[in-house]
Amino acid sequence: MSDTPKFVPATPLNPRRRAILVGASVGMGAALARKLAKEGYAIALIARQKDKLDALCAEINQSLGETRAFAYPHDVINYDEVPNLLKEIIADLGGLDTFILMAGVNYPPGGNDKFNFENDRKMVEVNLIGAMAWLSPVAEMFQSAKAGQIVGVGSVAGDRGRVGNPGYNTSKAGLATYLEALRNRLTRHGVNVLTVKPGFVKTEMLKAAVGPTPFAIPVEKAVDDIYNAMRKRKQMIYTPFFWQYIMLVIRHIPSFIFRRLSF
Amino acid sequence: MRTTFTQLENFGHSLNAPAYLVKPRSSEEIYDAFKQAKQNGLTVTARGAGRSYNDASLNGGGIVLDLTAMDNILEWDTATGLVRCEPGVTLEKLWQQVEPEGWWPPVVSGTMKTTLGGCLGANIHGKNNFKMGTIGEHVVEFTAVLPTGAEVTCSPKKNADLFYAMIGGYGMLGIFTSITLQMKRIHSGLLTVDAFPVRNLHGHLSALHDGAPHNDYIVGWLDTFAGGSSLGRGQIHAAHYVHEGEDPNPQETMKLKNQVLPPRIFGVFPKSILYQFMKPFANNLGWRMVNIAKYVASLPKHTFRQSHAAFHFLLDYVPNWELSYGRGGLIQYQSFLPKETAEAAWTELLGLSLKRGMPSYLGVTKRHRPDPFLLTHAVDGFSLALDFKVTDSTRAKMSAMLQEFDKIVIAHGGRFYFAKNSETTAQTALAFYGEEAVAKFKKLKKRCDPNGLLESDLYRRIFG
Repeated sequence: MSDTPKFVPATPLNPRRRAILVGASVGMGAALARKLAKEGYAIALIARQKDKLDALCAEINQSLGETRAFAYPHDVINYDEVPNLLKEIIADLGGLDTFILMAGVNYPPGGNDKFNFENDRKMVEVNLIGAMAWLSPVAEMFQSAKAGQIVGVGSVAGDRGRVGNPGYNTSKAGLATYLEALRNRLTRHGVNVLTVKPGFVKTEMLKAAVGPTPFAIPVEKAVDDIYNAMRKRKQMIYTPFFWQYIMLVIRHIPSFIFRRLSF
Repeated sequence: MRTTFTQLENFGHSLNAPAYLVKPRSSEEIYDAFKQAKQNGLTVTARGAGRSYNDASLNGGGIVLDLTAMDNILEWDTATGLVRCEPGVTLEKLWQQVEPEGWWPPVVSGTMKTTLGGCLGANIHGKNNFKMGTIGEHVVEFTAVLPTGAEVTCSPKKNADLFYAMIGGYGMLGIFTSITLQMKRIHSGLLTVDAFPVRNLHGHLSALHDGAPHNDYIVGWLDTFAGGSSLGRGQIHAAHYVHEGEDPNPQETMKLKNQVLPPRIFGVFPKSILYQFMKPFANNLGWRMVNIAKYVASLPKHTFRQSHAAFHFLLDYVPNWELSYGRGGLIQYQSFLPKETAEAAWTELLGLSLKRGMPSYLGVTKRHRPDPFLLTHAVDGFSLALDFKVTDSTRAKMSAMLQEFDKIVIAHGGRFYFAKNSETTAQTALAFYGEEAVAKFKKLKKRCDPNGLLESDLYRRIFG
């Protein structure tokens, strides 16, 4: 296409960090993609829906007047595709500095007394196994290169198992534990692993949530928090920050009380 | 063959590009890497010592062939001075082999850490470029493996088109597997060096121009902080060989122990930590002081004798000196200008860098002559190499300034050298190479590398 803006190679005076963002097409992913592109990153965007992804890339590249966002349609549950796709993207970007995992789905069971194994399975397949399918080869590369940054977006929902959505809690708790293990493995190799635990953020996913969603923040605020934490190479953040105090309390509610609560 | 995903940098530590690093030990293993690349849809770049200041040996996300394991001197004939080496042999290994027997590499770079494969890829020059030309002019023959798997032998007579394109072709046509070079006879381990100051750019260039015919080597240091009527002032070092019979004891002066650089400064500080002491000076004020002090010290005219190694390998005096430039690293901007326009062009360049408050910290000048290679950087004139520190706060401003520099140099009929310049664009490269040379190179590339397997970050930048 002739109207596609040009890809400008990186030089010492025009350096460019390179990132992969999985789960980029909507919500926080799309907002973070815009933010990172604006901050000078070359970025590979991964999501299921090709049309949404293409539209987002076009929007970002037009606004920059330079091609820096690239679309790679992919469903994270196609685990076998990952190694080759990863190789292809790293060749296209000319390297990789940051890997960001945001892909997540939330299918509530439909009530505090309802159970839905199909939904639970889908959430674990996407939120946890899909995440591991990417994180594992990326971690191996970063370990070998002795450089890099991994950002995993979990959720405050992973901090306790609650009555509302056991499957979602489990998938996010599993992801948080996996990220913690990667951090313990990779820090000694110079790799930063950042776990992000957003509270309620005003996205499509939030609309599906059952029950109250207090302190919901706009997407842009969450994205700024994530970007600042990336720059400071932090280990873990809650966004907005005060969720760390809320979750500190919630994590310490004794079980004999917690099991009588209805959230 | 083992591949390691590795973070690679350029010499100036100003760029990084992770790649799959492969360390071949034979031409078969080089060909294996080509096959592997083709299967995986990746590109391949050769890397020697990683001493280029830019992206010449980087290939982000692709395969990089580290050729340093192919470092055998295959044949050395002390009677004729012909030496056949694998591409990973460093200049250090080469001169230490030939010097004690009365020979010296005809062309060397300012560091001895470079590999011969890299030297040919960039077609390096030394302080004797005006007299001896580039290293390529002393290559008797080389063999190379092409991405097609073909092994070719090239000399000025045989496969001459490839000979003149692969030397100076930055590894984009094929990978050198052996290199035969003619060494130069020396009659002493010492050179006679004249050092004298020059007061301005006109005097500087005149001294290089007039001094060259009477000397074997000539190089200038330029005080990059001096402006106004002192702009371009500096010091010239002109050296000539000690002729047969002039050295009463050549066997002694040619001994390796009399060629090594001093391992300690003032006999106290190990050189390996010296760059740490340079760090506090790596800013505008610090380097201004260094430049002034150096100029003052250069004022008394003097003549002395110095070993070949000490004269040539100035960049090796302080190991890891490039690290003193800090986190952003350094870049070098080297321009080659015809003798008629050099003064005008560099008056503009140096003036601009002072006006913008982004002075270069180190300036080095040389005298050059043209050479017969396809992608040549040489001119009948001079070169000026300027080192700049890269910091987050000056990147954008400096980038704009160097684009202006490029325009000035091109307007004055100048050229650039891709072991050095990191910011030159495809448009600028086309402007000085000329469409004909580029088209010819691309045609050869199509023939040697029909699948486009050989690509570096440099190639994508200037030919992409």
